[in-house]
Amino acid sequence: MHKIESKNINFYYGETQALHDVSLSMKENTVTALIGPSGCGKSTYLRLLNRMNDLIDNTNLTGSILIDGQDIYAKNTNVDDLRKNVGMVFQKPNPFPKSIFENVAYGLKVNGITDKKIIEERVITSIEQVALWGEVKDKLKKSAFELSGGQQQRLCIARALAIQPSILLMDEPTSALDPISTSKIEELIYELKNKYTIVIVTHNMQQAGRVSDTTAFFYMGELIEYDKTKTIFTKPSQKQTEDYITGRFG
Amino acid sequence: MTKEIRLAKQKRRNQKIAFGLFQFTSYAVVGLLFVILAFIVIKGIGVISWEFITEMPKEGMTQGGIFPAIVGTLCLVFGSMIFAFPVGVLAAIYMNEYVKDGWIKKIIKQMTNNLAGVPSIVFGLFGMALFVNKLEFGDSLLAGSLTLGLLVLPVVIRTTEESLKSVDDTFRQASLGLGASKWQTTSEVVFPIAFPNIITGLILSIGRVSGETAPILFTVAAYFLPKLPTSIFDQAMALPYHLYVISTSGTNIEASRAMAYGTALILIIIVLISNLLANALRKYFGKKVKMN
Amino acid sequence: MLSSAATSITVVLIVFFLFIEGAGVFTKKPIEEGFLLAVHSTNPIQKLEPSQVKDIFDQKITNWKQLGGKNEPIVLFRTEDITEFYSEAELGENFEHFPAKIDEYVSKTPGVIAFFSDKYKAKNFHGKELEINKIKIFEFLSGEEWFPTAQPIAQMGVKALIYGTLWVSFGAILLALPIGLAAAIYLSEIARKRTRNILKPLIELLAGIPSVVYGFFGLVVIVPLIQSVFGLPVGETGLAGSIVLAIMALPTIITISEDAMRTTPRAMKEASLALGASHWQTIYKVTIPYSASGITAGAILGIGRAIGETMAVLMVTGNAAIIPHTLLAPLRTIPATIAAELGEAANGGLHYQSLFALGCILFLITFCINMLVELVTNRGSHKKH
Repeated sequence: MHKIESKNINFYYGETQALHDVSLSMKENTVTALIGPSGCGKSTYLRLLNRMNDLIDNTNLTGSILIDGQDIYAKNTNVDDLRKNVGMVFQKPNPFPKSIFENVAYGLKVNGITDKKIIEERVITSIEQVALWGEVKDKLKKSAFELSGGQQQRLCIARALAIQPSILLMDEPTSALDPISTSKIEELIYELKNKYTIVIVTHNMQQAGRVSDTTAFFYMGELIEYDKTKTIFTKPSQKQTEDYITGRFG
Repeated sequence: MTKEIRLAKQKRRNQKIAFGLFQFTSYAVVGLLFVILAFIVIKGIGVISWEFITEMPKEGMTQGGIFPAIVGTLCLVFGSMIFAFPVGVLAAIYMNEYVKDGWIKKIIKQMTNNLAGVPSIVFGLFGMALFVNKLEFGDSLLAGSLTLGLLVLPVVIRTTEESLKSVDDTFRQASLGLGASKWQTTSEVVFPIAFPNIITGLILSIGRVSGETAPILFTVAAYFLPKLPTSIFDQAMALPYHLYVISTSGTNIEASRAMAYGTALILIIIVLISNLLANALRKYFGKKVKMN
Repeated sequence: MLSSAATSITVVLIVFFLFIEGAGVFTKKPIEEGFLLAVHSTNPIQKLEPSQVKDIFDQKITNWKQLGGKNEPIVLFRTEDITEFYSEAELGENFEHFPAKIDEYVSKTPGVIAFFSDKYKAKNFHGKELEINKIKIFEFLSGEEWFPTAQPIAQMGVKALIYGTLWVSFGAILLALPIGLAAAIYLSEIARKRTRNILKPLIELLAGIPSVVYGFFGLVVIVPLIQSVFGLPVGETGLAGSIVLAIMALPTIITISEDAMRTTPRAMKEASLALGASHWQTIYKVTIPYSASGITAGAILGIGRAIGETMAVLMVTGNAAIIPHTLLAPLRTIPATIAAELGEAANGGLHYQSLFALGCILFLITFCINMLVELVTNRGSHKKH
């Protein structure tokens, strides 16, 4: 069974259709890269998976998205629980104006965990998971803004991991970072794959090639091609995919 | 697991209660506005007639009209605007187009903010000390207009500055690029584009001036004066002061209640019209500028 | 160029005139002009504080010993008391013998303190004229009684007025802050764009209604309501003032807090939601803390407006110059005092100057509040970068 299964997704912002009949499924413990030019709908698709688009007025969705076999847009779905299970990392690092510790503990606290021991344990494990422990262990009480951009982004990943999701959505997580920080995050993604199902939106073709198992190419709101990453990058079946990958696109 | 379900339920319930409360509160605040307006309209509408707005008060202000108060307020609005509008607009132009960012600008900004925060009664004290006593204008339209003018000066400056700021820099660069001087650019290009918004500020200030009472208490307002002012050195009646007088210390408070409702209604109509007009203008010009 | 300095010049002029006139209170003798206080020539007391004179005439001090003088009961004497000691014939038809008789009475009464007009002072007056100290700033601020036309000594204690002002203003904020915050949260975080576009201008319209109309509304609606709900003898109370001021402060608080909340970055809110926080948790754990400085600025500005508001308060609070112990009693604020009394105070007199001194206090309070707002917003924006 697939971990994430979406069928015939059509999505509208008001009158504008952003996604056309997208069907896409991902296996557990894999990394899937979503690529395509700006405005192709890849971020929109990603944000459907944790219902982040609910926040925008006047949108409309048809089709179904199943996670672990459950329709996440069904009436009886609890959005908060869904988002707990589907973590998200954003384009720019966006720590809260709180201490490093509090940032990671936030998700636990809002989900009703009050036991200080458990919170502390989970915070430490999560920070260790993103290989940040050595750098921040002496300044957990300091503001998260004192960290560098790369450290902040890893902290945001730790924050997402702390509530033990099974899926991790990443929306261009390295677009605002320098090459060294980027490679650290990529290594991290590779390790996290063992425990999580990861969907990553990226502009960076090499990155998609390095970290993902499967790649989906979006163009103008349509899913053009979806295959093993290797296949997509070596012998794509569609002309549009090939053009994009070889850089013949704008 | 059951604990988690309970927690999730509780979370949702809390949110429902909180949001319901917020929504109710917001509508209640708006409701309050309608209660106040409706109350005054219902009580005052019967009083308003052609005679009410064109006749002198009679019988110790329990009968007749409020003509002199309307005229007085119009004079004050006119007088204060003649003073505040040019000064405020020039100040804003100078500040926005000429002064470079730095401590001078900071100080002027801070002072403008401070002036805006000065309570209106302090303006009244100041107007009395400077215009009425020191400059010996006496209780007069001149003293009152100047006091009110100073009061709205920060409003005029701020709205003008905002409208100047909203003019896209490319207009300035285009004009300067064609060899126009700074002043030509400002007067021929920037000012005309910003003008509609500046007018909006002017209308808002008119609303403010016509409702102010404390600054005119000791600078111009007359308790009862059944004639129209003939020069800027005359005292005058004014709507807000008239309302204050007949509702708290008239010769016969009960008998003049009806007059008070009528006066309040006229006052509210003036203020509402100026506010709505300003809003409508803002919207209208906002669209127009975007279309260009 | 000159016009841009207009606001600065005005502020400077306001400060100048306010303080010049206001300072007069502390350089003038607090005894009514043309009157004097005198004692028996053998009385060792030379000088009295204004508060001592007041206590003597209130009969709180009854023996000269209490003031460091001889053990001698104090005998009060005012001009009109003279008729108790002398017949009309003795005083003369046109009071022409007043000076002589007052002199005589003072000379034969060792414990006397006499308060009378200069024009009744005999040429060779045998009593001793007392010197009265000027009012000190501390006395002005801490005095509990405001009775600037009192005789023999004007009472200029502004404590009751300061308390009155603060009570009403804080009462108002206590009412307005929760309501304003709730509305701001609804408008910025929950309401749909269309709803918001309708509600917000309406709320801003509340700010446009003139204060005298609020006062009038308070007078004919809120005051009778309070009177009947609480079963009070009068409805003109601090509470009425607080309610009216709360309504007036609402638009300020709502607009500023809403603007502050809307500056919370979308990414911050999304991060919280993505962690499974509910919308409401996100609001109170992320949005509100993030915009705390803006909300605080709104609240402080609201207090500032309330403190300076004149007409509405003047019309509904009953204007009793006593230190309030409950919001259900009449009280009087500084601006209301100025508005009510300046019309009756003689130009340049002590009363007139004392009202300008009140203006100074008011100006200083609002000035500090403005500075505080500036400080809070600056600190807030520092934190964010």
